[in-house]
Amino acid sequence: MQTAPADPALRESATFPRSVIHEIQRAAATGIYDIRGWGAKRKVPHFDDLLFLGASMSRYPLEGYRERCGTDITLGTRHATKPLRLDIPVTIAGMSFGALSAQAKEALGRGASAAGTSTTTGDGGMTAEERGQSSKLVYQYLPSRYGMNPVDLRKADAIEVVLGQGAKPGGGGMLLGQKISDRVAQMRTLPRGIDQRSACRHPDWTGPDDLAIKILELREITGWEKPVYVKVGATRTYYDVKLAVKAGADVVVVDGMQGGTAATQDVFIEHVGIPTLAAIPQAVQALQEMDLHRKVQLIVSGGIRSGADVAKAMALGADAVAIGTAALIALGDNDPRYEKEYRALGSAAGFYDDFQDGRDPAGISTQDPDLARRLDPEAAGRRLANYLHVLTMEAQTIARACGKSHLTHLEPDDLVALTMEAAAMARVPLAGTDWIPGRAGREL
Amino acid sequence: MTVTPEQAFAPRDLGPVGDAPTAAPHVIDVREAGLRETNRILRESDGTGRYLLTAPRGAHALAVGLTEPDEVVIDGPTGYYTAGMNDGAHVTVNGNVGVGVAENMMSGTVRVTGSASQSAGATAHGGLLVIEGDAGARCGISMKGVDIVVGGSIGHMSCFMGQAGRLVVLGDAGDALGDSLYEVHIYVRGRVESLGADCVEKEMRPEHHTELRELLDRAAVTGVSTGEFRRYGSARTLYTFDVDNASAY
Repeated sequence: MQTAPADPALRESATFPRSVIHEIQRAAATGIYDIRGWGAKRKVPHFDDLLFLGASMSRYPLEGYRERCGTDITLGTRHATKPLRLDIPVTIAGMSFGALSAQAKEALGRGASAAGTSTTTGDGGMTAEERGQSSKLVYQYLPSRYGMNPVDLRKADAIEVVLGQGAKPGGGGMLLGQKISDRVAQMRTLPRGIDQRSACRHPDWTGPDDLAIKILELREITGWEKPVYVKVGATRTYYDVKLAVKAGADVVVVDGMQGGTAATQDVFIEHVGIPTLAAIPQAVQALQEMDLHRKVQLIVSGGIRSGADVAKAMALGADAVAIGTAALIALGDNDPRYEKEYRALGSAAGFYDDFQDGRDPAGISTQDPDLARRLDPEAAGRRLANYLHVLTMEAQTIARACGKSHLTHLEPDDLVALTMEAAAMARVPLAGTDWIPGRAGREL
Repeated sequence: MTVTPEQAFAPRDLGPVGDAPTAAPHVIDVREAGLRETNRILRESDGTGRYLLTAPRGAHALAVGLTEPDEVVIDGPTGYYTAGMNDGAHVTVNGNVGVGVAENMMSGTVRVTGSASQSAGATAHGGLLVIEGDAGARCGISMKGVDIVVGGSIGHMSCFMGQAGRLVVLGDAGDALGDSLYEVHIYVRGRVESLGADCVEKEMRPEHHTELRELLDRAAVTGVSTGEFRRYGSARTLYTFDVDNASAY
């Protein structure tokens, strides 16, 4: 963490601020790139750059706390005989046991279940705690296939084929040896204490045509009951979504560059991928051109923090959102009550991102049994459920103000942009104008 | 049908199956039944079944996700992911198979009388995969405990990131064998084009001859001496990242 210089005459370089100087010095001393968790820290165009047009004369608002605003969604209506019905359009993104403690995974399940939504396994297989506490659980089918087995596959409520992650599209994972406990090693079929490298691509297929056959195999194994999601990191989103849909996905998950990770190179997190805001219109366009928007559902993740973000993502065309980093914060990640311990680790509450070290004072991103015991799964689950309820109520408040009786009724016409960049990326007009960069003007 | 049910389930073909089910063979014409119905019948079997699948015509995802110790003979070539995620069944393919045969197998046996395309036995956790012919590139990629015996040769990048299990090759191995290997034991009888990063030749000690003999017997490979094989494994220098090893990647 940086502090202000004592001498006000000192002038920091815009090109070489202290964080950059520190990284150069660190790289020179160690010879290895910085690995960390969390997501992108640089500021990129985001939902904050959009505003809603609440109803006045030309639109009619709904009465808060009086008129209903629906929040339920159904995922997997295209092919699955048992689609996933959720009470709220906010889901928990995939985070692995291994990266997270068993207590944290259990807490995610408890919180999600209390709020009527799903949680997702991650790159480490399914734990009994997680399945036991998750009323709806999405089982990730990842390149590494750690802990993958047909028994757990059939226990899942949906399957998510992961091709990429917003924090590191095209990259694999790195779980450092200090987090490979006996249990993690057993689940991942690895010797204890070694660095575990997760593959960046699936070992038994090489492209979209193969993906279609892989999805067929998963459906055959599970009797065509469960929705099959395909998750991509946001990059060439328009093409990736089209190919995922063509391969047979029931649901497409697009994870923007603000999405979190357990551990990868800092340079990867900050410099690969596109912002969530820019990815949604591309995904929606792809679905609309295939006449499958709302028929193949779209889940968007990467930097979702508030009900406003939820509402904006849905207004741009998403059917639901997924949260990862925000969910960890709700559990107790970076809690100020551990300030002294964060300081001892060379960080501070609100800044801690060394998830790979396994020394998380909050007991969340760790396999140390003493640290992990600090997290009470019931209390943490309640905090997450509270947070999910707040996100939902906030989104409902905005939707009612826009005259919508269901969150899925929000639309791009409800939005304007504060900046030209956001207007161009989100494909909504600059506030106070009818101008969408890249498009001809329209009649008001 | 190129074989009769009696021929398909003749004792000499049982190989490592062990105590074979005794039920009368059930013949399914895959062309007539369709993929979903064929797999449904197999999936709902109680473990005492004997099934002869005819006219597979290169079908993908055939006999996948089986969980009972049924005996299944597929009479003809198949496509991708044949017997994928098998957990206990004994599957024989009379012919060639496509990409990813027995991918993520947990237990049981899969025998291919012909050759296999790439990624045979990918990420498989257990059981025995026998390919009497050749296997393509990336055979045993990320294998996690399965035993694979290949009668012919294997392609490049085989056993890449292999974590656990045994890979036996009676023919030759392509480039970069065992790259980034963890704990798999690799035995090759023929020539190895090149070894991948962190893969080294290791001494054949008595316990390795014993292990190899047992694998060859389970695969019903006869007339071969374990002394004809060389053993390869991980040097374990890449188990913990060190900047001095960066050139290996």
